Amino acid sequence: MRPSALYPGLVSAFQLLDKPAVETIPTGVPGVDTALGGFPRGALTEICGAASSGRTSLLLSTLAQATHRLEVCALIDVTDAFDPASAAAAGVDLDRLLWVRCGGHVLHALTAADWLLHGGGFGVLALDLGDVASDQVRRISLSSWYRLRRAVENTPTTLIALEPEPGAKSCSSLILQLTRERIHWRGPLLSGALVRVERRKPVRTAAVRFEVKASTSDQWPVASGQ
Amino acid sequence: MFAAMHGSGPLLDCAGDFSPRIEIVTADTVVLDIQGLDRLFGTPRRLAEVITNRAREAGMAVNVAVARNPDAAVHAARALTGITIIAAGQEASYLEKLPLVLLGASPEIEETFALWGLHRFGDLTALPEPGVVERLGPEGIRLQKLARGIWERPLRPCEPAALFEEAVELEHPVTLLESLAFLLTRMLADLCRRVRATNELRLRLGLEDGAEHHRTLRLPVPTRDHRACWKLLQLDLESHPPPAPVVSVRLAVEPAAPRFVQQGLFVPPSPEPEKLEVTVARIGKLLGAEHVGTAELLDTHRPGTFRIHPLHPFPPGPRGRPGSVQTSPCLALRVFRPHLRATVQLQAERPMRVVARGVRGEVVARAGPWRASGDWWTSESWGRDEWDVVLNTGVLYRIYTTGHRSLATGHWFLEGSYD
Repeated sequence: MRPSALYPGLVSAFQLLDKPAVETIPTGVPGVDTALGGFPRGALTEICGAASSGRTSLLLSTLAQATHRLEVCALIDVTDAFDPASAAAAGVDLDRLLWVRCGGHVLHALTAADWLLHGGGFGVLALDLGDVASDQVRRISLSSWYRLRRAVENTPTTLIALEPEPGAKSCSSLILQLTRERIHWRGPLLSGALVRVERRKPVRTAAVRFEVKASTSDQWPVASGQ
Repeated sequence: MFAAMHGSGPLLDCAGDFSPRIEIVTADTVVLDIQGLDRLFGTPRRLAEVITNRAREAGMAVNVAVARNPDAAVHAARALTGITIIAAGQEASYLEKLPLVLLGASPEIEETFALWGLHRFGDLTALPEPGVVERLGPEGIRLQKLARGIWERPLRPCEPAALFEEAVELEHPVTLLESLAFLLTRMLADLCRRVRATNELRLRLGLEDGAEHHRTLRLPVPTRDHRACWKLLQLDLESHPPPAPVVSVRLAVEPAAPRFVQQGLFVPPSPEPEKLEVTVARIGKLLGAEHVGTAELLDTHRPGTFRIHPLHPFPPGPRGRPGSVQTSPCLALRVFRPHLRATVQLQAERPMRVVARGVRGEVVARAGPWRASGDWWTSESWGRDEWDVVLNTGVLYRIYTTGHRSLATGHWFLEGSYD
């Protein structure tokens, strides 16, 4: 006789609880959203890649979508590399983006991220380790990542880490590997780049590609020899 | 009944001995509400004599008038010497000889009165009411009732300014913040209980060497959460500790209207203002207050110009139209702060090799030069020629030279990398 037959309120220890579907937020890149389903809330997502691979462009696109939904976001900028003009060109509402400049201190950045996550209420919290050396990222202790994962669990916040290579190991729910495949030129003008995105976690998937456009500039071309 | 005092000196202190409801009409005239004082002092005349004697003891010579309404008492006290008691219904007969200038009419109306040959209150009260209304409007009627002593209005008593402040003198000088914490938390709790909300805390610490240490905290949203206020004050004191032992503490809060928020069902969650303020203050203490906030782009073409503001807990809606967000990502720039000084080898005025701190490589592709300049009409003029270059390491950089008039003599910098 099954235990639940004796008493309807009794739940078997072996019965698996229904896990609610993970809520995701769009990145603003149609190809990535269709193929990968966006970034999960209440979890850590790692965007990895070498310099000029399109990581920051993907992050700014996600922040633009979030601020457009009137969510308040935070960017913890470890190496002070954030360019507000690029963010504004990508559509980020700067009034809704808390920018924390850490001056190269990784530990301070992790502390600030922890405090902000515990404060709660942010739609997206991005930890930008993009210009930090790979060995320094690897030296971040697993307990630090675990603490961040525990802080973001069961919250509506999407925690995104931008890194040269994955460092959070088992603490991340999604890892995207970005590679720049081509740069597009139009005459003497940089017009954009083609970026390849591959999901490495939870399961590897076929790569998708998206175009990154160069924002229009105020400058004037200078004639050769001038 | 009302009593008016007219004279020079500390009238308010003297009047305060008789009634808590006092209106300051001018610097030399006050009106007291004397309703119910007959049980203490007897008749109005007896009360007026007591007031006059008290003023004389204080070194003042005052006129005192008692009447049924404040304005009649004021006019009588200003014009009639000594004590005047105006019985109800007798106001017009007492006031009819007073000059019209006491009414305080506008210059235009005073000129009209002069043209009509009116000089006394009695001259104005003798005029027919319809004619006054027809020529002077409602203001004419008001002045006529004032002249008759029958204009009724409530007293406007002066309220002492509410002061939300606590002060403590310490028996021994205190050097540790932990020792002050107990005192400050109790004072903050008391003050926050007394106000509906506050948006400013003012702390004044008296120091052993006689100096004072001032700290003022302005909160972005009004609150009465004394724990959040204490946390902010604690973080501020840790960042700016007093330079000497503390011997006295004076804490004041500025009252403010409380904050009302209507949450919508479909409004996305946002950080709680009090929590966010404390968190930002903690991060500011760790990294520097100027390193936390929201960026505001300045209205200039000069690259890399922005200003940092504190994050507003309730930022306004999006600036663009709904749906105006970019549909495809833009190539973002990661900036080197400060820009890296570079050595660039040129061939036919085109960059061929770039060397900077941590960057070295041959240029395999390039776009440019692109000229930007501005503020040439001021001493802050700037100008540069930009190139977008791809090195053989695969990284796409933005480089520029400041000597855009002569590429050979200018300095080269790496502004950042595209990512």
